[in-house]
Amino acid sequence: MLAFTLRRLLLLVPILLAASLVIFLLLRLGPSDPAMDYLRLSRVPPTPQALEEARRMLGLDQPIVVQYLDWLWRGPSLDFGNSYAPQRPVLPDLLYYLPATLKLAGVALVLALGISFPLGMWAARYRDRFPDQSVRLLAFFGVSMPNFWLGFLLVLVFSVHLGWLPPMGMGGWSHIVMPAFAISLMSLCINARLLRASMLEVKGQRHVTYARLRGLSEISVERSHVLRNALLPIITATGMHIGELIGGTLIIESIFGWPGVGRYAVSAIFNRDYPVIQCFTLLMVGIFVLCNLIVDIVYAWADPRIRLSAEGVQ
Amino acid sequence: MSDLAIERTIAPQWLSVKLNWPTKVALGIIAVLVICAVAGHWLAPYDPNATNLVGRLQSPNAEHWLGTDHLGRDILSRLIVGSRVSLGSVALCLVLILGLGILVGGASGFIGGRTDQIIMRFTDVFLTFPTLVLALFMVGMLGTGLVNVIVAIALSHWAWYARIVRGIVLSLKHRDFILASRLAGATRVQVFIKHLLPATLSQLLVLATLDIGHMMLHVSGLSFLGLGVTAPTPEWGVMISDARQYVWTEPLLVFWPGLALFFSVMAFNILGDAIRDKLDPHLCAEHGH
Repeated sequence: MLAFTLRRLLLLVPILLAASLVIFLLLRLGPSDPAMDYLRLSRVPPTPQALEEARRMLGLDQPIVVQYLDWLWRGPSLDFGNSYAPQRPVLPDLLYYLPATLKLAGVALVLALGISFPLGMWAARYRDRFPDQSVRLLAFFGVSMPNFWLGFLLVLVFSVHLGWLPPMGMGGWSHIVMPAFAISLMSLCINARLLRASMLEVKGQRHVTYARLRGLSEISVERSHVLRNALLPIITATGMHIGELIGGTLIIESIFGWPGVGRYAVSAIFNRDYPVIQCFTLLMVGIFVLCNLIVDIVYAWADPRIRLSAEGVQ
Repeated sequence: MSDLAIERTIAPQWLSVKLNWPTKVALGIIAVLVICAVAGHWLAPYDPNATNLVGRLQSPNAEHWLGTDHLGRDILSRLIVGSRVSLGSVALCLVLILGLGILVGGASGFIGGRTDQIIMRFTDVFLTFPTLVLALFMVGMLGTGLVNVIVAIALSHWAWYARIVRGIVLSLKHRDFILASRLAGATRVQVFIKHLLPATLSQLLVLATLDIGHMMLHVSGLSFLGLGVTAPTPEWGVMISDARQYVWTEPLLVFWPGLALFFSVMAFNILGDAIRDKLDPHLCAEHGH
């Protein structure tokens, strides 16, 4: 297991390097001139001299390979350059906003898993009866719901009409419930349906029949023989949903006045603040890849077939 | 050969399909959407951009069925005309994605060898990005605006399709009918267009239909953030964004465009599910994102 984890951790290095190369090159391929954007954001009139000077200062007169290597070289010392708009180091600014985003996305993930489990199990236990039908209906609506619209609907119901929850800002748990739910609904619905299907499939297998024949109670069969095997597809799906949860968080933040990286990044995209866009994208890719690594490890841990083959046991 | 298989060879499968009622409703919604997208400007009761500051923020009434927004523009008209942006941008996205996916994935699978390896590693890099983050990044690179958002979304989705096309091409490449056609003197491009493309397209269309709802949500999400459509053009995401400051006083302003988006996405999801169930019960819906 340790060897498996280490090997996967090492694999992160080439992945992140490749991502950084793509990010850097694509941004340079874009139609606009970074020096021009720099001058615009610093409110300097773009005279030829000023452009020349900005190019030299930003290192844009160097060959692109040198620029990339320079950017990369300073990466390990956590120096990702200064933003154009306020001349500040990019990474500390991003790291300042990041915890709020991670907290929101994390709670959304917990909600997605925490609600989809009982729903999926409930639906599988009462197949084709009322619980199953209602979960199906919920999932049916949930996967089509635009998360930013859902955010507003929640505000309408729980803040405007009922006055139970605060509509904006960051604070205690009451602040995080609505945005996290809005982000998680789609993934929650997909997971619930998936768990239902997966549990029904496992229920028909022979080891489950055997467990029943051994006289185990229905609940312990479900818990230790069905659920454990039915979990595997959920783990895979969760890995896929993490990207959606991150994306959803970036959008939802703007509705609930959540002080996360999303709004910082969107304003940087408006301003074409290249160092910020570069660093933001790389950071998000890093988090996403790391989350997927964790998912893979959980999967290997949950599925002995993978764990053992990774350790070389036949 | 079983009865079912005989029937299948005689009649094209989709002719004998009995539609269940959700699929019928979905098709109805999609038909309405297409009509609105094509003929919206004639169907809309008012000019969607005509402002009327005296009659702003009206509740639904006989003249303005869904009321008016903060500039006095008729909401129903804006919804109808707004379908053009939503549907049109998704259609463009699809064309771009399918084109790129087939070109890159097809080339990769068909040529094989070192080229295949290089191309696939390249797509792998794109798959390490969360879709929306990649789309945001592409908008950052290209600049804001609807066309750029469409290109950005296409560029952030195509890698999945390239992989799938490659898989299909690889699975068919060494079949006898392909070899026979090569022996008969067809060039590689001819073989690809004549034999591989149709097989690929039918599978891709299923996946694409399942993805349409997703793309709609991404387009309007980016527009909602203010990165897509610019001010007067009616678009549902922008309408929600415009209405946000009136949530407390005029909640219906946020409600209508979201409802339109919700129903459209739902219609395409139902259609995608139906097509998948009919054409290929084994195709796994969970292909990513």
